[in-house]
Amino acid sequence: MITGARAMVDGLLEQDVDILFGYPGATICPFYDELAIEEKKGTIKHILVRQEQNAGHMASGYARRTGKPGVCVVTSGPGATNLITGIATAYLDSIPLVAITGQVPTNQLGKDVFQEVDTTGMCAPFVKHSYLVKDAADIPRIMREAFYIASTGRPGPVLIDVPSDIQNTEFEYVDPGEVNIRGYKPSITGNDKQIRKIAREISGAERPLIIAGGGVILSGAEDLLAEFAKKNNIPVVTTMMGLGVLPTLDPLNLGMIGQFGNSPANYALNHTDTLIIVGARVADRAVMNPEGLMSHCKTIHIDIDSAEIGKNMEATVPIVGDVKIILKKLLREDIDIDADEWTREVQEKVAQSRLRPMKRRSNGTVGPKKLMLEVGKQLDDDAYVVADVGQNQIWAAKYINLNKGKFITSGGLGTMGYALPAGMGIKFADPDLQTIVVCGDGSFQMTMNELSTLAEHNLNLKILLVNNGRLGMVNELQRKNFSQGPYAVFLPHTPDFCKLADAYGIAHRMLDDESELEDAVREMLNYDGPFLLECRVGADESTMAQ
Amino acid sequence: MKQVISVLVENQYGVLNKITGLFSRRGFNIETLSVGETDDKSVSRITMIVDSGNSVMEQVEKQLNKMVQVIKVRRLDQGELVGKELALFKVGITSKTRGEIKDLVEIMGARIADISASTVTVEISAAPEQVDLMLDMLRPYGIKEMARTGMAALQKGSKAL
Repeated sequence: MITGARAMVDGLLEQDVDILFGYPGATICPFYDELAIEEKKGTIKHILVRQEQNAGHMASGYARRTGKPGVCVVTSGPGATNLITGIATAYLDSIPLVAITGQVPTNQLGKDVFQEVDTTGMCAPFVKHSYLVKDAADIPRIMREAFYIASTGRPGPVLIDVPSDIQNTEFEYVDPGEVNIRGYKPSITGNDKQIRKIAREISGAERPLIIAGGGVILSGAEDLLAEFAKKNNIPVVTTMMGLGVLPTLDPLNLGMIGQFGNSPANYALNHTDTLIIVGARVADRAVMNPEGLMSHCKTIHIDIDSAEIGKNMEATVPIVGDVKIILKKLLREDIDIDADEWTREVQEKVAQSRLRPMKRRSNGTVGPKKLMLEVGKQLDDDAYVVADVGQNQIWAAKYINLNKGKFITSGGLGTMGYALPAGMGIKFADPDLQTIVVCGDGSFQMTMNELSTLAEHNLNLKILLVNNGRLGMVNELQRKNFSQGPYAVFLPHTPDFCKLADAYGIAHRMLDDESELEDAVREMLNYDGPFLLECRVGADESTMAQ
Repeated sequence: MKQVISVLVENQYGVLNKITGLFSRRGFNIETLSVGETDDKSVSRITMIVDSGNSVMEQVEKQLNKMVQVIKVRRLDQGELVGKELALFKVGITSKTRGEIKDLVEIMGARIADISASTVTVEISAAPEQVDLMLDMLRPYGIKEMARTGMAALQKGSKAL
């Protein structure tokens, strides 16, 4: 006989989980009691976060580095409501998570007892699937299914809500066997007839263009996409989630599309005759006018989620499946295409855009573009850049050149405060990987309580804090579009961030002079341990071309 | 365009909640909905009538298919289904109208399910349009209350979901 709690821990061990992020409370204590046994054995490490939302973000960062589901555990009630933002953030970016929540005992469910909320009910809109466990004997099967569902098909968060009495219930363990869910059979291989049709549609295209989205990265198909683009000499634009699919300076990479994108990339999008959308969901921030786009080009849409095809834009040729498998098949097809003239034209636009001079900033501030370019110059080839949300995110996305590294951000939900905990999750997954968090003074203050966790584990994580004393993105929006101008965006009483870092025992430096830029970035990157570099930028710097 | 969606789902708690939640948050409007167990106790069948354009219906179908507890989804055209709805009408009667209502019930293929000194309860099981017609015919007599189940439907012929 084993208890439900033991079965939960065994379920994690079976999936080779060696780290999880959480925050205990009364209803999850039976589970923690079993977890303590494993921690003593050295099989699983538990990271105590300082607020539950960040357990979700750390698990997300971990998942984005390893490709395996990140695991987070919290208690019922406020533990679960705090975690919600972490779960929703992962859902919108298709990040595999397994979230375990404690729940009040079965006989008290629905009675509004202490720390009770309807966790599965409130999370329904943004989980891939959820379980409320009513029978302890189901736990071994549910644990296996949860990891399977989270990591296959289009990845996403799966929630397991376990009442505390179920965690304490003893039952006879029976191996649940291989996962077999009749309502869940993701289609991944891609229809061969559609593959041939795609090859025919691309053949003869004069102005072809590839949009690479986050799906390419989730599928691990970066190299195949590069091979496909090079073989046919087709230029590539990316969504924000697709940054890093190709090196920034790859001749075929035109940059990021969308509202905040690079102009050569948007030019190409507006002039293509054959658009190949790969693992991107044509969301509003990337493709602002899908109807207009459809009027001047054919679209080929490759996605693992059939519901994304035709949701925001009709596709001339839809194909459902794993990007990696489909690109492999597509590389075997004969495609007769000569787009050299078009490719040269758009490459020329990229070259011109890079020549634009940068204005020197007045004393006391650093130009954000210059700052990001310098960071990109000094980063390791495979460094991860974790950007928060706001102006800092756009500057980092547009101006930190990536090579083999990745750009990690909350692209879908736009969750401020994501970067610091997500960056820590990446470092827990891979302590030697150079990782830099970019955040603003607004977003940083949303999750800076995790500095304590950062210091506790002495993670060698770099924090680039772009400080303009306000919520820069809203400030910019209000200046441009609203009659009253900037309002409710000023953060005048922020603490001295360097002193704050000091209070946590974290190394720091203030940068407010462009002449020190190179040296300051070097000091941060070379420092062995966590480091906060606070950079003063002008209050009215723009995210648009500068 | 009105379409019938027939969905086989796992017969578990919370499934209906997830499905109706999906409809409300994506702005799909359900006109009628009926749910019940099938011959296999682990499976329930949900029959919905949805009034939307074709592209929305396609999204509805795809979003339903994504749900882990949804086993099968099928959109049925009016021509390829047998569909019935049960409705109950409680109608006020007088000695003068009792005979007229009895005639109506006979013509419509309905029946009297209950009777009291001042009311009859009429029961009809028919296609939704027939139920609408019955409602129109009974309205002048004064409907005290009514209930309809929403349509249950299956494909015509030997095909099954």
